[in-house]
Amino acid sequence: MKLKKTLLAALGLAFAASAAHAQITVGVTVSATGPAASLGIPERNTVALMPQEIAGQRINYIILDDASDTSSAVKNIRKLVSEDRVDVVLGSTTTPNSLAMIDVAAETRTPMISWAASSRIVEPVDDKKRWVFKTPQNDAQMATAIVEHMTNNNVRTVGFIGFADAYGEGWFEQFKAIAEARGIRIVANERFNRTDTSVTGQVLKMISARPDAMFIAGSGTPAALPQKALKERGFTGKIYQTHGVANNDFLRVCGRDCEGTFLPAGPVLVAGQLPDSNPVKASALTYINAYEAVHGKGSVSTFGAHAWDSGVLLQAAIPVALKTAQPGTAEFRAALRDALENVKEAPAAHGIFSMSPTDHLGLDQRARVMVQIQNGAWKLVQ
Amino acid sequence: MDLQIALILGQDGITNGSIYALLALALVLVFAVTRVIFIPQGEFVAYGALTLAMMENGNVPGTIWLLILAGIAVTVLDGIAALRAGQVRRLGAIAGINLIYPLALLGVLSALPLGDLALPLQVLATLLIVVPLGPMMYRLVYQPIAEAPVLILLIVSVAAHVAMVGLGLLFFGAEGYRTPPFSEARFEVGPMMITGQTIWVVLSSLVLIVALALFFGRTLYGKALRATAINRTGARLMGISPALAGKLTFFLAALIGVLSGVLISPITTIYYDTGFLIGLKGFVGAIIGGLASYPIAAAGALLVGVLEAFSSFWASAYKEVIVFTLIIPVLLWRSLKSHHLEEEE
Repeated sequence: MKLKKTLLAALGLAFAASAAHAQITVGVTVSATGPAASLGIPERNTVALMPQEIAGQRINYIILDDASDTSSAVKNIRKLVSEDRVDVVLGSTTTPNSLAMIDVAAETRTPMISWAASSRIVEPVDDKKRWVFKTPQNDAQMATAIVEHMTNNNVRTVGFIGFADAYGEGWFEQFKAIAEARGIRIVANERFNRTDTSVTGQVLKMISARPDAMFIAGSGTPAALPQKALKERGFTGKIYQTHGVANNDFLRVCGRDCEGTFLPAGPVLVAGQLPDSNPVKASALTYINAYEAVHGKGSVSTFGAHAWDSGVLLQAAIPVALKTAQPGTAEFRAALRDALENVKEAPAAHGIFSMSPTDHLGLDQRARVMVQIQNGAWKLVQ
Repeated sequence: MDLQIALILGQDGITNGSIYALLALALVLVFAVTRVIFIPQGEFVAYGALTLAMMENGNVPGTIWLLILAGIAVTVLDGIAALRAGQVRRLGAIAGINLIYPLALLGVLSALPLGDLALPLQVLATLLIVVPLGPMMYRLVYQPIAEAPVLILLIVSVAAHVAMVGLGLLFFGAEGYRTPPFSEARFEVGPMMITGQTIWVVLSSLVLIVALALFFGRTLYGKALRATAINRTGARLMGISPALAGKLTFFLAALIGVLSGVLISPITTIYYDTGFLIGLKGFVGAIIGGLASYPIAAAGALLVGVLEAFSSFWASAYKEVIVFTLIIPVLLWRSLKSHHLEEEE
């Protein structure tokens, strides 16, 4: 028994040693199946496009699917750090999954870059979260953009409908705080489920409150349902959506009922329409061209771009970390974490990243634009 | 809440309720004949709707490949069984239904400009592709364990459901689809607006229910199914093959599921995993009917639809809670009232 253990340990050491010199190992856990699959699939596709070599080191990606399930995400990160001895973990797609992974990342002192939106993943930066970074914009940033647009357009009252889960609840909290500070009243507050076949009840109640505008906080194609119902019941005011709907399937499902809808989004959604002076334009187009070259025109989504941005961060941080330690060691992981925290002015698909010890997202106002749906396409609002 | 809102909600509830009612009937039927609690019922709804959507986009739906694969598996199983029994002549029929039919269908579908076909033809093609999966599923999944206890059949149902959801993701992708309505007509009746699709849903459900009633009341096969449901062993002694009864039941269940999917997909966006929740609401209706009574199950499902519509108006965040909590008082009432003997274990 003891012999066996010693042998195994020796084998493990030998393997680790050989791995250490060969390459940098990046572990990925992504929700490529299950409810978040429409976000996870473009992210998984994007990993294949990420740099294969950084600073002369070959990058080895190990991709695991967590099926949008929290316990699978934790199992995946455990496997990645203990068996594959990864230098950094990317993912997962959803906020609950990412939050659950933080403990493992902190315990094993492995840097982790999440692709989920909630600010709670990286704020406040404490003993655990100092190992965690994320690439998607905070909901608060996006909510501010919406409220700004509302105040500029004389919207005084808003009807809110959101997913009956953490997404809708989170958005309601963020939106309510910012909107009420600017004197906008929320006159209706409703919930619906991703799988609902009808939202007539909620919509009738919202319309009977007679708000100036409606705000729908849902992600992906399910967010089209309340919008279609609102139009069907004759609502003519402004309708706002979140950046969670920013993919082409939403346009396809919602069709002409979504004409005129406003939403905040990462600049990558309308990269081609940005003025050349915009610092994000070039880096966003790089991603779009890389993705569409493989998956066809119009296939790109903003969710995949969040994954791409984690690759941009690695590209900026790995050369710095390599100066102090060898990949595959705890020192390298610590060095990589420090390097990530010091990334400054890195142009990516969704904005310009400038991290700091208190800000592990690093995006500013350049990371969001207001977009309107016009003639079945995304149009930049100037 | 005024009369107009109540009328709109009622209309909404009855539309959804009719779909739930169809599914509830299918669930009761499957349980009565085969003792299977048919969790994958909802998947047939999603498969039907999404197969239709795929064709509308001009693609050959992935479900045809599933049909071909299942057909091959059934041919092998049935072929071996026929050879062992020395019935070489049956091989032709087995291969014809399970092997040649799906391949011929694939040939026809690949040749046709699917996206440009008229809607009724697309619906017909959807039925031709997805409905045969029902009996094949019975042959592959349930027939080998037909005598197993209800609990094992239930667990197998869960497995079949999970497998079908996974395959759905593979075939249709993660995004949802909507199909165009059968009719764009709108009617003003007093204070409410009734859409053509609503009328289609309610009328089709009624027609299907009447057709099912006639089938069970008037035809030999229908009576055979009823006999099996009442007493399996007795029916077998009278020469009714349980395998045939099972396949016929699953054929009907798949037919009802696919039709429900085709009817509901213009009203709402359907995803590869939407079917489960729709099926579950039908199941609540079936439970109200004690998994035995067709009229009570249908009425229960309508009640679920209406309750859902009204609770989404009053307390949208708790809508599902309210709908599924309905099961508890029903079960309580049923268990207090029932005095039948345990039939198993």
